[in-house]
Amino acid sequence: MRHRQMVGGVVLALVLAPGVPMSGHHGADTFATGTQITLKGTVTEWIWANPHCFLRFDAKDDTGTVRNWVAETQNPVSMTARGLSRSMVKAGDPVTVTIEPAKNGEPVARLLTVTLPDGRTLVAANPQPAAPAPSPQ
Amino acid sequence: MTRSLLGGAAALAAVLAAAPIGRAQQGWNFTGLTPAEFKAMPPGGPAPRRDISGMWDGGPAGVGATGQQAERAAARAPFTPLGEQMARENRPGNGPRRVAVAEINDPLSTLGDPAGFPRLVTFELRGVQIVQTPAQVLMLYLFEKRWRAIWTDGRSLPANPEPRWYGYSVGRWEDDYTLVVETVGLDDRTWIDNDGDPHSTDLRVTERYRRVDQTTLELTVTIDDPKIYTKPWLVRNRMPLRLLPPGADWMEMIPSASEAQAYQRAVVSQLKGK
Repeated sequence: MRHRQMVGGVVLALVLAPGVPMSGHHGADTFATGTQITLKGTVTEWIWANPHCFLRFDAKDDTGTVRNWVAETQNPVSMTARGLSRSMVKAGDPVTVTIEPAKNGEPVARLLTVTLPDGRTLVAANPQPAAPAPSPQ
Repeated sequence: MTRSLLGGAAALAAVLAAAPIGRAQQGWNFTGLTPAEFKAMPPGGPAPRRDISGMWDGGPAGVGATGQQAERAAARAPFTPLGEQMARENRPGNGPRRVAVAEINDPLSTLGDPAGFPRLVTFELRGVQIVQTPAQVLMLYLFEKRWRAIWTDGRSLPANPEPRWYGYSVGRWEDDYTLVVETVGLDDRTWIDNDGDPHSTDLRVTERYRRVDQTTLELTVTIDDPKIYTKPWLVRNRMPLRLLPPGADWMEMIPSASEAQAYQRAVVSQLKGK
């Protein structure tokens, strides 16, 4: 699995967040629910917008190649309720993120947590349980 | 009357003491009651007569995306053949017909189209300020920073209305605590809810706002569209809203077209790969 190759240290972290209403459009069968990877990277862009905010960051895989990731959250109102903000990071900031990657292997993901340069860890979303395996036909 | 005011004030004071609702009363960019705060809201005093004005918070049920999906699916009336056909064309991100993110064609989230009515009360009904004038009830919504005018001056609904995103609405007091609103003339480009349920321009929507007590308003919404559904059904069934302190200043939540495009370019385009 490509994600596993590109992540030097894979850290599983279960996090709990206060129950805050989520919204937006979610979609089925897009992200690898039940899979969490942690990446250290550098912010290239933090877009605070509807329907979903998203964080772009550069992170090296274990061959030393830098990939530019995009990790989506929910909308600004739901993110503000969880303590995230438009000004929490800027391009060039070092961050550590926990993400749920897309199934298609592209560097796109759901953002679960982000650890800011000041050491605070903010929870953008609760991890989703793994999708049940398809039943044999 | 004094007792009613005291009851309401006591209820609000209890909430203020129990939860960090001071942020609603004093601050800017209030994001709404958390589920715990919403649940902790104590019963209010007696409801005032013919008055639903105030700032109301729909809480977790108001958001209406992932919450209550099963309830909505169970409440939905069967489609007519035309309804089946229209539903197949809508590819939502939620509900029983949800598709992968890359396949979603929701006009609200992908194009920045207006939510329209009744979707404005079935999805993202986080906050609404209700203002009453002698001739209208005005609904000022957090989501989209949109407003609706409900005429209460005794006029009839238009006979052959030109479709509008938010339709034409008239209201009447059924009793001293229940305002019934009828809406027609709705643009069929919009979805009824976040689950991609379609409607025709013949859709008639009935909203019932019942002031249960000083701090609680209940909303029931009936969908009646014989072209699309085999019978009327309730898309909201006694959904409670809680009264906020009058100083609440809500965040903006405006799904703009340029932001929708940016999200499509950055996130959705990559999900379409491989």
